[in-house]
Amino acid sequence: MKYYARRIAFYLVTLWAAISLNFLLPRLMPGDARSIFIDKFMRRGGEITPAMERSIDLVFGEKDASLWEQYVRYWGNLLKGDLGVSITKYPTPVSDLISDALPWTLILVGTATIISFFLGVGIGAYAGWKRGTIADALIPGMTLLQSVPYFWVALIFVAYFSVALGWFPIIGGYSLRDFPAGPEWSWAFIGSAVYHGVLPAVTIIIASVGGWVLGMRNMMVSTLSEDYVVTAEAKGLTKGRIFTWYATRNAALPSMASFGITLGFVVAGSIVMEQVFTYPGVGKLMINAVQDKDYALMQGVFLVITVTVLAANFLMDLIYGLIDPRARNNV
Amino acid sequence: MSDPTTNPATLIEDAVPVDQAVESATPTAPGADGRKTGPRKVLGLTLPRMDFKLALGLFLTISIVLFALFGSFFTQDPRSYDNGTFEPPSGSHLLGTNNLGADLLAQVAEGARGSLLVGLTAGFIAVTLSLFFGIVAGYMGGFVDELLSLITNIMLVIPGLPLVIVIASYLQNRSMWLIALVLGFTSWAGGAVVLRLQAKSLRTRDYVAASRVAGEKTHRIILVEILPNLLPLLAAMFLSAVVLAILSEAGLSFLGLGPSGAITWGTMLNQASQHNAFHVGAWWWFVPPGALIALLGCGLSLINFAIDETINPKLRNAPQAVRSVRRAEREARRNARAKALAGARGASGASVADRATATASTTEEETR
Repeated sequence: MKYYARRIAFYLVTLWAAISLNFLLPRLMPGDARSIFIDKFMRRGGEITPAMERSIDLVFGEKDASLWEQYVRYWGNLLKGDLGVSITKYPTPVSDLISDALPWTLILVGTATIISFFLGVGIGAYAGWKRGTIADALIPGMTLLQSVPYFWVALIFVAYFSVALGWFPIIGGYSLRDFPAGPEWSWAFIGSAVYHGVLPAVTIIIASVGGWVLGMRNMMVSTLSEDYVVTAEAKGLTKGRIFTWYATRNAALPSMASFGITLGFVVAGSIVMEQVFTYPGVGKLMINAVQDKDYALMQGVFLVITVTVLAANFLMDLIYGLIDPRARNNV
Repeated sequence: MSDPTTNPATLIEDAVPVDQAVESATPTAPGADGRKTGPRKVLGLTLPRMDFKLALGLFLTISIVLFALFGSFFTQDPRSYDNGTFEPPSGSHLLGTNNLGADLLAQVAEGARGSLLVGLTAGFIAVTLSLFFGIVAGYMGGFVDELLSLITNIMLVIPGLPLVIVIASYLQNRSMWLIALVLGFTSWAGGAVVLRLQAKSLRTRDYVAASRVAGEKTHRIILVEILPNLLPLLAAMFLSAVVLAILSEAGLSFLGLGPSGAITWGTMLNQASQHNAFHVGAWWWFVPPGALIALLGCGLSLINFAIDETINPKLRNAPQAVRSVRRAEREARRNARAKALAGARGASGASVADRATATASTTEEETR
């Protein structure tokens, strides 16, 4: 019980720290960020309406309020679920923009992550089982994959498959020409979305599979030299049984733990990848916000990403405490 | 970098069982057998063994570092725009020119310097911070440990790349050093977790207890007694921090949030995509920077892999053991076959059984 109490306390503190960081960052930056922002906005020919003023206040703080008063008000708004109003897509609330972008990222990055995990752990388990053979040659290859900047792979794919060969669309999450009214529930639309998702998904898989393979392979090699594996061999168990139930099952534990945490990062998306494909997900939303200096939106996205990652970590801790008693005792 | 599987914390943590790492990183007590002692022996134990992977890694890393150091002496000024624009590679411009007529080989050389500088600085900051938070927390224990671990864990779960993007977007003028600083300050937590566990385990060793009893100061115990044992681990951590920083810098620069005014591989990729190099097929502009990042990252990671094998001997010994078992089996089979052959020449009837066992062992080996 002590284990769970400690974990809950830790995540509450972390949540508080993340939210406070989000509150403090714009106020700590050198220069008067608020007036710089308003200047920039006016210079572009924008007009500050009262509602926008409120949104600006939410991010940079009211002009005369003390830091503490601002902090209290910030929490008050947050607890009401009010993340402010986007300045570029005025007057859409930030929360609406985020909930529009979320499904795209969740489905694309989620699917790609799951495929990558099973592929990587499978290959890694096999490479570990075949240690000392030609399968060891996988290591340099996988290391290279792991070090490739994934957005660069994405760019090359676009240049080759989309521009040169014309097999895949260049940008977007669905065909804007066929569906000018936006997303709808029809097979044609889903088909279009899947077609647009192939290249982004392949890039994510290529960029992330190397890490799973190397991690799993090394764990597998370590596990296979455990005494209980030797015992199993001495008992004359079949190779398949040793591979599945003695080696892989134990070696996969750390990978499972990272997988849970990785799922939390799905919301963060592959930010740079979404930029390359102009994919309508959370990452692209964040980049747009950064480029347009839409700070309310940017902070909102950062908050959502952080909270999801925290939630995933928390869930994984709970599950890990259940399946591995050592974690519970080692507080 | 938002690519989550490369999270060094989970990888390192998973790959290295704590006690084992300390065990093998600790040089055997000198003078134990009175003969093979001396500094060279101790050093030999901590240095990774040379094999194909390590050689390839060293080759890649050293060549790129040399290119970064001396490449720009043999090229044009990377910011001179007197050449033709969008020229493909030729004798006078080995990597062609960009949209403004700058020589791209010169830019790649200058970019190598920029990327390496950002990577090394950020890596150094990250390792220093993990050292402080990890070792002090692990060694001191108690309240200090609770506090430092709390900070470490908070930094660990706050997603890195989004945080860096948020910070970078608030900064008006971003120098290369500032970017390195931000990257270093947001990527130390994973290493600190690993180091804390190591320091915790080393703390209970007899020789540490002995020096405490002897009245050594805490900072001396940490620096002289504990730190040297963690050197291989620290080296591995530093290398992966450098790779991570170079990749993150490339990502940041690609988003337009990189160092302003400087040339790095990341800013080159950003320029290339902004000026449609990808759509007009100017591959000589965007292929080299990305490929160099990948090759440098690969080189450093391969060195890291070799260090991992020293820290965790199972990784090295197990494949070797399998190899020697296979050699022995092959030997046995050859002997059996020779015997079977001899038997067949002598009396034909008895050899059938022998041959049957020989084929059985062959098929068994093939299924392995």
